[in-house]
Amino acid sequence: MRLKRNGPAVSEPPAKVTAKATGAPPIYLRFFSWSAIALVFVPALAGTVYMFPMAFGGEGGWLQPFATLFGVPGIWTSILLSLWIGLVATAFSVALTSLFFAAFAQTRAVSVLSGLIRPLLAIPHAAAAFGMLFLVAPSGFLMRLVAPLLGFQHPPDWLLVNDPAGLSLAAGLALKETPFLFFVVLAALPQIDRRLTITAATLGYGRIWGFLLSAFPALYVQIRLPIIAVIAYSTSSVDMAMILGPQLPPVLSVQIPRLMNDPDLSLRMAASAGAIVQLAITALAIGVWLLGERMAISAFRSLSTRGFRLRGDGALRSAILVVSAWTFLVTYLGLGLLLLWSVAASWRFPDLFPSHFTLDGWLSPGSDLISLVWRSVALGIASALIAMIMAVGALELEYRRGRPIAGGGWLSLYLPLLLPQIVFVSGLSFLFLSLGWDANIFAVAAVHLVFVFPYVYLTLAASWHHFDRRYLDIARSLGKPPFMALVEVRLPILLAPLLTACALGFAVSIAQYLPTLLIGAGRLPTLTTEAVALSSGGNRRLIGVYALLQALLPFIAFALAGLGPRFVWRNRLALSGPVREISGRSA
Amino acid sequence: MTGKGLLLDHLCVSLHGQSLFEVTTCVKPGEVLSIMGPSGSGKSTLINAIIGLLPSVFALTGRIELDGMSLIGLPVERRRVGVLFQDPLLFPHFSVGQNIAFGLPRSIKGKARDEAVARLLSAVELEGFAERDPFTLSGGQKARVALLRVLAAEPCALLLDEPFSKLDPALRQSVRDLVFAETRRRELPVLMVTHDRDDAAAAGGGVLHLGEAG
Amino acid sequence: MFARVFVRFAALVLAVLAANLAYAGDPDPKDWPSVLAEAQGQTVYWYAWGGAENINDYISWVGERVKADYGVNLEQVKVSETASVVTRVLSEKQAGRTDGGAVDLVWINGENFKAMKDAGLLLSSPWSTDLPNHALTDFENKPVLGRDFTEPVDGLESPWGTAQFTFYYDSASLPEPPRTLDALQGYIHAHPGRFTYAAPPNFIGTTFLKQVLLGLVDDRSVLSRPVGQADFDAVTAPLWAWLADVTPDLWRSGALYAADTTQLKTLLADDEIDIAMTFNPGEASSAIADGTLPDTVRSFVLDYGSIGNAHFVAIPFDANAKAGAMVVANFLLSPEAQARKADESIWGDPTVLAYQKLDAGGKALFDALPRGAATLGPDQSGAVLNEPDSSWTDALEAEWARRFGAAR
Repeated sequence: MRLKRNGPAVSEPPAKVTAKATGAPPIYLRFFSWSAIALVFVPALAGTVYMFPMAFGGEGGWLQPFATLFGVPGIWTSILLSLWIGLVATAFSVALTSLFFAAFAQTRAVSVLSGLIRPLLAIPHAAAAFGMLFLVAPSGFLMRLVAPLLGFQHPPDWLLVNDPAGLSLAAGLALKETPFLFFVVLAALPQIDRRLTITAATLGYGRIWGFLLSAFPALYVQIRLPIIAVIAYSTSSVDMAMILGPQLPPVLSVQIPRLMNDPDLSLRMAASAGAIVQLAITALAIGVWLLGERMAISAFRSLSTRGFRLRGDGALRSAILVVSAWTFLVTYLGLGLLLLWSVAASWRFPDLFPSHFTLDGWLSPGSDLISLVWRSVALGIASALIAMIMAVGALELEYRRGRPIAGGGWLSLYLPLLLPQIVFVSGLSFLFLSLGWDANIFAVAAVHLVFVFPYVYLTLAASWHHFDRRYLDIARSLGKPPFMALVEVRLPILLAPLLTACALGFAVSIAQYLPTLLIGAGRLPTLTTEAVALSSGGNRRLIGVYALLQALLPFIAFALAGLGPRFVWRNRLALSGPVREISGRSA
Repeated sequence: MTGKGLLLDHLCVSLHGQSLFEVTTCVKPGEVLSIMGPSGSGKSTLINAIIGLLPSVFALTGRIELDGMSLIGLPVERRRVGVLFQDPLLFPHFSVGQNIAFGLPRSIKGKARDEAVARLLSAVELEGFAERDPFTLSGGQKARVALLRVLAAEPCALLLDEPFSKLDPALRQSVRDLVFAETRRRELPVLMVTHDRDDAAAAGGGVLHLGEAG
Repeated sequence: MFARVFVRFAALVLAVLAANLAYAGDPDPKDWPSVLAEAQGQTVYWYAWGGAENINDYISWVGERVKADYGVNLEQVKVSETASVVTRVLSEKQAGRTDGGAVDLVWINGENFKAMKDAGLLLSSPWSTDLPNHALTDFENKPVLGRDFTEPVDGLESPWGTAQFTFYYDSASLPEPPRTLDALQGYIHAHPGRFTYAAPPNFIGTTFLKQVLLGLVDDRSVLSRPVGQADFDAVTAPLWAWLADVTPDLWRSGALYAADTTQLKTLLADDEIDIAMTFNPGEASSAIADGTLPDTVRSFVLDYGSIGNAHFVAIPFDANAKAGAMVVANFLLSPEAQARKADESIWGDPTVLAYQKLDAGGKALFDALPRGAATLGPDQSGAVLNEPDSSWTDALEAEWARRFGAAR
């Protein structure tokens, strides 16, 4: 393009200079460029890789561990159970979430339910599982409710939990994964063009069918990766499966640690082989899902052009609302039961409430609450803070370079969410043992970071990228170097998202069972490991105490994260007011 | 060859080898050069080039000099070029006074900073506003505080990126008059990107059209 | 050729030297004052089954006392299966560790003890018999203190308590419990869904298998010899037949079993089952005392006697705080600790001490202990049956897993 000159002419010939206005990032920042790789990718991969030599070898030839594994009674049932439970739980969660949004997108129901669900995200799987156990077991609260009607004098001999088909485990997983997917959809929804559904409505389509036809395909693409993470988790969960899962035989992810705990070396090698099979099962489940996806798409296509309108979907919508609300309420009821059990001295069937109360569970020295809470909190705070500092460093570097973190960084963040924990955490524990790094709290914190960092980073990245960078431009033009612009402008304005990311990191750390147990050699028990260890026993009072505290700590963290900005910025309405402009994108 | 003012000499910004514009001009102290042109003509890119915020995908040739000193290669914070955007962008975590003090040079210390802030505020009829939350200010008040903040840093040139476009017409004129009065008083060379011919007329300086056939 | 022999010889010499050096470094309980001095300030990680609240409380009391008296910090590492501790120490050995191990003290007996002993995972020199309080134990009259599941203790573990396999039930709903195997079998059929046991390899479940087996075999002496010397299939056939017969009428039709003694107690408290089992003869009284069970609960044993054994604490070869662990083991044998353990309002686990060896103060502690209504007196607890050789444990567990461990 040519210029139109309107100013005074200049005589000197122009010097040819090429310059990059933003200087190269300082060295201390480059330290963060590989942080995702170093913190997340390397441990996850190293742990996985370390399992292979252990799985292939031994005195009986390189396939001997697999032969031993397949000789374990019921192992094929375990494998099929893992596959089936993972797929059923995921399918239920995806179906319920999709139908809910199809029926209620852009209505009050979404905002009401999202307020109800938000706290559920912070509840560790183990606490949710125990709550469900206390609710639906034959001696549970629901049965006590109906016992007078059905004339039960004692709990019926029904397989309601730990059923051999794993339905109770699938239900428990769905209970936790549905809120997760709910929020994933909630975050993705604004990117879907509303006019699509309106167009469908004007063409006479019922609400649900119209949404599924018009908006769902684009939405599904957005939530696909989280769904795959749900499959990975559901096919390989350990803590929830120990509490709610079948026992004779258990799912593969529970059978592996059992074999691993056996002094018999050949069984321990079989456990490593089991970890490889677990990897294959998770991959297979994801493959089956993707195949099902294809079939669903073609079925969907042929259905969508036939002109069904499904106008009268009112009853279906009510049904969806009831099921969704129940899915979320169950967890809350469960929390209430945890509280009741934690103070119950005597609670006989079919009494609705305990007949005597005691604080023994909270006060007795053997429950060791102070050191458990202290260790859980210390691990949570340490890993959340380190993760936050690393995430801020990495994001600042991205901002200054104007491009995302080092190659593959994005995928490496998802790796710990896609790989079964039992595989790479077991591998890491062997690796750490041979290096003499095990059983110390730093090693445990480092492995917590593998899970904490991705969540903190991904949460923070959203707010980071939404931040109006003109604030920084102004700060710089006022004479502040980049570091001061970060510290004096960006970080204070982003206080709320920083604290939220921290709270999420804390919640993720609190919920870690397997890393804490395996890397800590059991010597560094937390509320989570103690609660899950009790799942084998039946001490419901202690389970109530541990699981309730386990659920409470993340709650407190999120509450503090919510109150923090309100207190610190109480005189700054833009940052503490009801309509908080956390992104700083003020008009 | 050099004198006071902002000199752009064969300043050319290109993207992937494609030249966006080439500008040669000089803005004298106290003068306002208006830059007009359709969106996409590179007005903001030009501003960014002068401030020093050009993303690294752009290539820049030519010279930018302020008061005889080349700006090229200098980091943003050392260019002493102030900028006002169409949004006041007051830092929401600072009080009005802290926003202004943020711009003050470090050489002003202690109580003198508070006094400098108070002096600046009283010059624009905002006495006693130092403790206020910027969120509670009216649009015109915010615009004035934003101006004070940039002036507090004692810039040697000022860039205005459609600074009045979001103000309602009544306010617009008074804020505009204030800005130009202050820049003239301080003898700052000003480069103003605008869509509005009234702005350009009020500025009273030259007009540079970007991105028109020529 | 000669060079290779020489290298081997040198390696052997070095190994012996190294072993002696390590040995020289281990604390010697014969020189008790120096053990006490070394223990001062040490932290002892005690890996102990953590499924019962009252036992955990007791252990934490021990922690307070050894801290106050000897400056030893005691940390209980609660485990659900002791086999995992064996694995842990084994992994450390395989990783080349010789000290600084995670486990300082482990609550152990039976096949886990034998496994650790055989694999060289225990402190290599006898130590328990040299503990000052060992002299108070009733090793003359309690053979279970010297042979753990037929395996000689050899001073490698220190006794902590004794146990007897005991059933308990609510006499309010079940006036007369089945006291013979046949009666139990009949009861299970007559009351489907009201009886279960813990799934082996949980110790109470495995012990139930042994208890039934002892009631069904013609010649119990085969069980006291290693399983390899017996015709396992023939000897155990009656056991599997008995179990197969009752399984359809078990709780949850045998698709699910209890996890451990604590869950059995919970199931009885919930009135899901009629009869529970335990290794602690004081369990029922203890549970009545803390309100978990109604005061109508009573204990019983089968007419042909019941399995009795002892449980111990042991120190791994690579323990980090061996002196501290010895101090804890010795404290566990003190009249004060033993009397508190035997107190049914605390735990109710029978003592390993000999009453007549105690001084007046010690005797007074035991005299003051009440015996709950649900605890069997010496005249009611029947004959004590010896544990089968520890090699039977794995064999029984494996066969059970094959037959019942993958129900449906």
